[in-house]
Amino acid sequence: MSRPLLTLSGLSKSFGGLQAVSDVAFDVQERQIKALIGPNGAGKTTIFNLLTGVLHPDAGSATFGGHELIGLPPHRVACLGISRTFQTSLLFDQMTVLENVMVGHHLSGRSNMLTAALRIFGASAEEREYREVAMAALERAGLADLAGRPAAELPIGQRRLVEVARALAAEPKLLLMDEPAAGLNMRETDAIAELIQEIRSRGITVLLVEHDMSLVMSISDEILVLDGGRRLAEGLPKEIRTDERVLAAYLGEEADD
Amino acid sequence: MAAVEERQAPREPANEAEAMAHRRRMQKVQLGVFLIIVAVLPLVLQAMRPNDYRYYLHILVFIGLNLILATGLNLLMGYAGQVSLGHAAFYGLGAYTSGILTARYGWNPWAAMLAALVLTCFVAWLVGKPALRLKGHYLAMATLGVGIIVAVVIRQWTSLTGGSAGLLQIPSMTLFGFEFKSNMDTHYYYFVWAFVMLLTIIFANLVQSRPGRALRALHDSELAAQTLGVDTAGFKVRAFVVSAAYASIAGTLYAHSSMRFLSPTPFDFHTSIALLVMVVLGGQGTLWGPVVGAVTITFINETLRPYTNYDIVVYGLLLMILMIVMPGGLARGLAALWNWLLDRFSRSSQGEQQ
Amino acid sequence: MTADQVWQFFLSGLTTGGTYALIALGFSLIYNATGVINFAQGEFVMLGGMIAAASMAAWDLPLWLAALIAIAITTVVGLVLDRAAIRPARYAPHVVLIIITIGASIFIRGTASIIWGPDERPVQAFSGEAPIVMLGAAITPQSLWVLGATLVSAVAMWLIFEYTVVGKAMRACAINAHAAQLCGIELSRMVSWSFGLAAAIGAVAGIVLAPITMAQYNIGTMLGLKGFVAAIIGGMGNSLGAIVGGLVLGVLEALGAGLISSQYKDAIAFIILIIVLLVRPSGILGREGGED
Repeated sequence: MSRPLLTLSGLSKSFGGLQAVSDVAFDVQERQIKALIGPNGAGKTTIFNLLTGVLHPDAGSATFGGHELIGLPPHRVACLGISRTFQTSLLFDQMTVLENVMVGHHLSGRSNMLTAALRIFGASAEEREYREVAMAALERAGLADLAGRPAAELPIGQRRLVEVARALAAEPKLLLMDEPAAGLNMRETDAIAELIQEIRSRGITVLLVEHDMSLVMSISDEILVLDGGRRLAEGLPKEIRTDERVLAAYLGEEADD
Repeated sequence: MAAVEERQAPREPANEAEAMAHRRRMQKVQLGVFLIIVAVLPLVLQAMRPNDYRYYLHILVFIGLNLILATGLNLLMGYAGQVSLGHAAFYGLGAYTSGILTARYGWNPWAAMLAALVLTCFVAWLVGKPALRLKGHYLAMATLGVGIIVAVVIRQWTSLTGGSAGLLQIPSMTLFGFEFKSNMDTHYYYFVWAFVMLLTIIFANLVQSRPGRALRALHDSELAAQTLGVDTAGFKVRAFVVSAAYASIAGTLYAHSSMRFLSPTPFDFHTSIALLVMVVLGGQGTLWGPVVGAVTITFINETLRPYTNYDIVVYGLLLMILMIVMPGGLARGLAALWNWLLDRFSRSSQGEQQ
Repeated sequence: MTADQVWQFFLSGLTTGGTYALIALGFSLIYNATGVINFAQGEFVMLGGMIAAASMAAWDLPLWLAALIAIAITTVVGLVLDRAAIRPARYAPHVVLIIITIGASIFIRGTASIIWGPDERPVQAFSGEAPIVMLGAAITPQSLWVLGATLVSAVAMWLIFEYTVVGKAMRACAINAHAAQLCGIELSRMVSWSFGLAAAIGAVAGIVLAPITMAQYNIGTMLGLKGFVAAIIGGMGNSLGAIVGGLVLGVLEALGAGLISSQYKDAIAFIILIIVLLVRPSGILGREGGED
């Protein structure tokens, strides 16, 4: 195996008295699809928030391609090449679908307040270029017809696709996906599974949090199971499927429900 | 068949890309129409109201200044989602800096305008940088403070500003040897409105650009914008500085206008509030909102002016009623009405064809 | 500058501070219930003073009756403001609601100037003018009335919030309006209560202040803004903070005006505001965690 792209070690975070993440360590290899699973409240989304600088951990470190992530503000994390989608898609609702994707190109853009205001030093050319690139991305995603629509009007399945297209526009090395299949029907879930595999084939590493077990089992290279903020198990899908501790944790949750 | 399709193309474009290009073209057309109206308005007034047209020009110059102020504030409120309760302070800094430098120290007005711009932007940066690092409406509170402090300083530092007695003998602006003497004159009207047009186009450019989209994005979802690499705090500060720069330019233009005299009253808390009202009443986050807001408020004030004592009662009442009825602003309300009319019209004309 | 003078400034600062505290309390009440900064709060103060002064002058009423009338009418104005202007726009963005309160404040001020004219109206001090000497500094009996009113209002508020069903419901709404509604608390009624209470407290401040500053139709704006600053200094939405913030602001303002410059008196409160925002943006008693 090559050098890991992302390495977490000793990551801990508590809210008040609740230990949300406790001494978690794992690696994500380059061009891997890795899934974080676990019962509700296992700390999966918290880990995403710690990695992206939204929350600050009590202890631990996370290195990404040799850079320490902990302590960086969210936009600096994005600069290093980490993009993210959210459990409930966070689109810019008052902007059009195309504009949403164009915001994804923010990092590669060069124009600033002054050059954009006066349309000098290639600001217009850059604007045209990114509009075309974003449009092409929407066409690939089959969303070209929606380009001019306000994002607020889209149904949940299309919101997810736009969000992914926007995250990819930032040309990330690592994509964090928080429950990409949440709220989708079976057909849409299959499409998302296909999309995730296509994203990997473009050379992008994917770390996802997901509840849909069949999706996780079918696309993941590796699975990490969390329970109560702790690492419970880690391994290939077929190993996780038969792991007794994992089964116990999940059965426990179902009994609670 | 082909002819029919061609004719319908502008109204129902074949695909989204064309539709969007069409919308962008429409904005250019709107700006063009606006430019033409601005250009011919004095001529129309001169022809229709030869007796009091100078009074109307004077009003139009003030609408222009208010429009510059409101457009700057609109960038901050409608696009960056932040409120300033002290924008009159930046207006005052612009006016008094260029007024003092030209009247007391004999500077060239253009150099003074630049100096005022630099000073105002610096003050805005100094206030905005710490206040915008925090979540919540800290900028509103900080600007409220700055607004009143600047107003008090203008009133009390009499050796520098002239205080309530006023700052006198401010020279007029000149361009290539031409002197823009009085705002009761078409020259000054065109001079101010040239700035209005320029600053409106700059605003339209900004909004449809990388930094403009970053601002609108962070207004919608700060978290999502950050995860795409937008330095949200930094962009808010920049938007605030730009909006202060607009106010500073308006201030300089005011200082060198007709009276060539400055007094503290136009730069106090009430002006900050009036500007806020123009932006919200017109419609935050729209290109034409500030135009509608500035025209409406100036018009209401001028209409009510003769009715002393009752003017502010009616003004307060109108403010409440308009905001309750149209919380999204007049520009959106008017746009909805316009689209409805257009829809009705196109339907009835289609009916005639068939 | 002698210690005696400082002590004198301190005492007179406490008096104005008491008024600021009462106004700040009104801001906090409405802010907690609606999240809105009510820029008409200063007009409640003006109304309290004006109505009391006018009714004493016109009908020769005793002070207590005039005060009761002033408080009652101002409370009704507060309730009407909520019903007629805030409630119809309650789903609008906050900045729209703020502008509605600004419109209301302009409207109230304008109406007051039509009814009572532009002149200052003197009001007699409640218990005479003879100053009381305290440790070498003089304090007027009216100042003690102001501080007394602040204390009584603060205790009354505390009793309401701590021991009455309505007060507890208002607190619940301030903590989590959604959850409170799920528990059957009617939010719109709580908003009405907060407007009524805020108006009444404002009127009290206006009545006790009137003999010191005289009643005039246009005193509301600056008093309202200073009260707002006091609320921020204390920690927006925190009742105890509002009182502490008001007293601190009054004292610092008096010391600043006395020791540095009285010309810049009105700026001092706002310089303090900016310093507080830089150093401790959540206010003296506000919850930490504004920075993120």
